[in-house]
Amino acid sequence: MARRESLAKKSAWTLVAWAIGFVMFFPIFWTGIAAFKSEADAYSLPRTWLTSPWTLENFAIVQARSNYLQYVFNTTVIAVLSTLLGLAFAIPAAWGMAFQPETKPSVNLSGKAWALILLFFFAVTAAIALSVGWRMTDNPLLGLALILLFGLPIAAWVWTRRTGDKLLWMLSTKMMPPAGALIPIYLIFNRNGLVFRQWGGVDLGDWNLIDTFAGMVPLMMLLNLPIVIWMLYTYFKEIPFEILEAARMDGAGLWQELSKVLAPMAVPGIASTLLLNVILSWNEAFWTLNLTNKNAAPLSFFISEYSSPEGQFWAKLSAASLMAIAPIMVLGWFSQRQLVRGLTFGAVK
Amino acid sequence: MATRQGQALGRLAVAPAVAALAAWSIVPLALAIYYAFLHYQLDNPDNTFFAGWSNFYYFVTDPFFAKDLFNTVALVLLVLAITIAGGVLLAILLDRPMWGQGIVRVMVISPFFIMPTVSALVWKNLMMHPVYGFFAHVWRAFGLTPVDWFASIPLLSVGIIVGWQWLPFATLILLTALQSLDLEQKDAAQMDGAGTVDFFRHITLPHLMRPITVVILIETIFLLNVFAEIKVTSVGGLAGNLTYLVFSQLNDANDVGEAAAGGLIAVVLANLVSAFLVRIVGRNLEA
Amino acid sequence: MGSIQLKGVRKDFGTVAVIKGVDLDIKDGEFVVFVGPSGCGKSTLLRLIAGLEDATGGQVLIDGKDVTEVGPSERGLAMVFQSYALYPHMSVRKNIAFPLMMAKTPKDQIDAKVAKAAATLNLGDYLDRRPGQLSGGQRQRVAIGRAIVRDPTAFLFDEPLSNLDAALRVQMRVEIGELHGQLKKTMIYVTHDQVEAMTMADKIVVLDKGAVAQVGSPLTLYNKPDNLFVARFIGSPTMNVLSGAAAAKRGAASIGVRPEHVDVSTTAGEWKAKVRLAEHLGSDTFVHADVEGAGQMTVRREGEAALHAGDTIYLTPQEPRVHRFDAAGLRVA
Ligand SMILES: Nc1ncnc2c1ncn2[C@@H]1O[C@H](COP(=O)(O)OP(=O)(O)OP(=O)(O)O)[C@@H](O)[C@H]1O
Ligand SMILES: [Mg+2]
Repeated sequence: MARRESLAKKSAWTLVAWAIGFVMFFPIFWTGIAAFKSEADAYSLPRTWLTSPWTLENFAIVQARSNYLQYVFNTTVIAVLSTLLGLAFAIPAAWGMAFQPETKPSVNLSGKAWALILLFFFAVTAAIALSVGWRMTDNPLLGLALILLFGLPIAAWVWTRRTGDKLLWMLSTKMMPPAGALIPIYLIFNRNGLVFRQWGGVDLGDWNLIDTFAGMVPLMMLLNLPIVIWMLYTYFKEIPFEILEAARMDGAGLWQELSKVLAPMAVPGIASTLLLNVILSWNEAFWTLNLTNKNAAPLSFFISEYSSPEGQFWAKLSAASLMAIAPIMVLGWFSQRQLVRGLTFGAVK
Repeated sequence: MATRQGQALGRLAVAPAVAALAAWSIVPLALAIYYAFLHYQLDNPDNTFFAGWSNFYYFVTDPFFAKDLFNTVALVLLVLAITIAGGVLLAILLDRPMWGQGIVRVMVISPFFIMPTVSALVWKNLMMHPVYGFFAHVWRAFGLTPVDWFASIPLLSVGIIVGWQWLPFATLILLTALQSLDLEQKDAAQMDGAGTVDFFRHITLPHLMRPITVVILIETIFLLNVFAEIKVTSVGGLAGNLTYLVFSQLNDANDVGEAAAGGLIAVVLANLVSAFLVRIVGRNLEA
Repeated sequence: MGSIQLKGVRKDFGTVAVIKGVDLDIKDGEFVVFVGPSGCGKSTLLRLIAGLEDATGGQVLIDGKDVTEVGPSERGLAMVFQSYALYPHMSVRKNIAFPLMMAKTPKDQIDAKVAKAAATLNLGDYLDRRPGQLSGGQRQRVAIGRAIVRDPTAFLFDEPLSNLDAALRVQMRVEIGELHGQLKKTMIYVTHDQVEAMTMADKIVVLDKGAVAQVGSPLTLYNKPDNLFVARFIGSPTMNVLSGAAAAKRGAASIGVRPEHVDVSTTAGEWKAKVRLAEHLGSDTFVHADVEGAGQMTVRREGEAALHAGDTIYLTPQEPRVHRFDAAGLRVA
């Protein structure tokens, strides 16, 4: 501003802003207070929040009743492992696309050729379905055919596109609504889903990924992978390629170029990405509610248990909520900017 | 930067991510299409047979479908209205010089980091409970009859909760965009004698158009899939959306075929929206 | 020890031929400058020598050894980039030491060499700073320091001075020249500034659209340009090129005469002209004149010539200094 705002004006803005900020924050503030009250007081909170006694008992009850720490552990395991796994896929991908961009498709087939290839794969799938029967439960070959014959050509097609198209395709995979994937994933995960009960001669009768880390971690990784790749990509793009070339001229081999020059420069970007991904998976509440109930259940599931409670429960709900949101809210405060970049796919920085 | 070795390495590095995402995007879709044409109920898997289009027919003619489709769209529009209007105002407010800007900012964006199950239950109980909730107290203080939020206006109630969660997102993005509006432009406009309203109409709003579009598209993708808020507040019967309907087909009716058909309808809906988003981000990528 | 040969080197980007078969012989210890208009392929050619780009065809030889398939880290060359490309997360000391660390040089030797380079380049006071805390000229020196410590076979510079202001550019130009005198190493230097080219080079390579237009010492290019492109590109102000009667009279399709090789008279001469603009620089006067029947010409007079717009003058080229070109633009002997 060229002109200094007058003091009165600034005071007025401050007042308005603080008022609105407080309104936005109020439900959290209220939860924070109720968590330290007795159940009876929690129900008359608006009248008594200043006068009624404070207590820590809710936290102890919550822990004793449903083993809060176990859920924290589960949430952390899923968030951290899925993030690390995601980075393992995303870092090389983002590196490749940022520093070795391809401006034209590496394989040039006409649209007609691609259509023919797809048609061919459809025909093979149909032939398999017709000859072995359409019931996947009897004929695992059909499941395999579906996976390979649909997945492979698409993957190959994407892989040979130019970098810009690859990125957009990755973005588009984030659009898959969970409702569309719920049934297949549920059945793939579930031993009763029968997709994997018997594969060929192999009996997979004990196959069950529901409520396991083995199921939730890769799932969460895939959910957020497009965002992670995009975010890393926008960070890598800001590193001048000439610096990596300078390292090559200075005699650095590929490994030294990556570890001594690129890695230190990329650390801030990787850290922000990691943070955002932890936040996203910490708060995920579609798949966790549908696919977990105990062993791998995270905090979002733990809280949902309070939706059908008995007796007075507000103070306990508040204590449990506070414990579930506090760590991630603090992380969130520190990652506001990165959040914008990550969630808008670099469209707003 | 073009050495053959580098290119090959780059292509190799992208391969695992492409493979993983290809599997993630295609396998469930292929399976969903397969299941959508089967009569397949989890409680009676032996009686499974090819069902043609009947799953789609039953899903669409389900009395809940029309209502839930309406709710889906209404919820998206409602929350978009709340977050865009509120976001623009909040962003402009937060862009002003003031004392304690950092703290206000933190207070405003905090709801975004609250997990959906927590915000749903806290709002349903502590805020919106018809007898003990905070709003009930406020209503009574003004001599009004408290509203029974979830019984009388369930969709609006869910909309308020979801709007509260997403308002910070819109605010944060619009604020970031506002801060990139360069100072010289502000000064030049002042020199040209533009008043506050003119400035907002001719400079601020046009500058925010693109970020607003981005916010609308990204929120829409997430809002089409609102689920936890509906499930834990137990308003699925009154204000369920498509996502919830698919869930209940699987969970309550054990009907795999119909749920898969419903899921495919949700996929079509989401793709209509995402086509726009991909185009916008793509244009940005070229620039 | 530092000779470099290019044999028919070609580079295509997709379907576009950017370097169209370049043959070049650079002797050990030579200071070679690549000049040419923007986009003519100077950087690409330099990067081909460095190994940062693969050649589409042809060979690069260093000291007689074919290195076409050898990666940049094994060619033993050092490069100074236009953007300096310093490692932002390392101190100046670390930046300079980096190539030595890559070569697994013992620690005490590294310290000694870094200290020596820093002394040569006046960087002693800045060794513990980060590149972000340095001025443009200091960054430039660090980039050069990083190049000299490890005693490379040859130095490659890609427009190293283009980000500096005019005064600093002159100073650094002199310093690089002195460095070449001290080190006596092969240096290849890309620029589009012909003053840099003329003052620094032992040998200038003029590139035009990915092909070599002429190779020679600065004065050879000035006095005997092989073709119209070089004739026009070297020398400032640009050489006057005339066709028509004046050229036909001398048995050429076109003739060229540099502004400093035209005599001016107010009474008589070969061409009658009218002064359009006289630029008085103090040391020189540039006269832009419209020549009757031959278009515009620029003339350079030493000192303060008393000429003004609207004056009528007579111009006569100094006959031995007239360059003759045939219809294809090639020099006629
Ligand atoms: N990676 C690339 N892909 C495609 N074309 C390229 C690439 N790099 C350079 N080119 C093209 O090759 C030509 C030569 O580029 P180069 O950078 O060598 O020019 P230059 O002579 O160094 O120009 P300047 O003086 O502007 O630096 C240009 O037309 C450029 O557009
Ligand atoms: Mg260049």
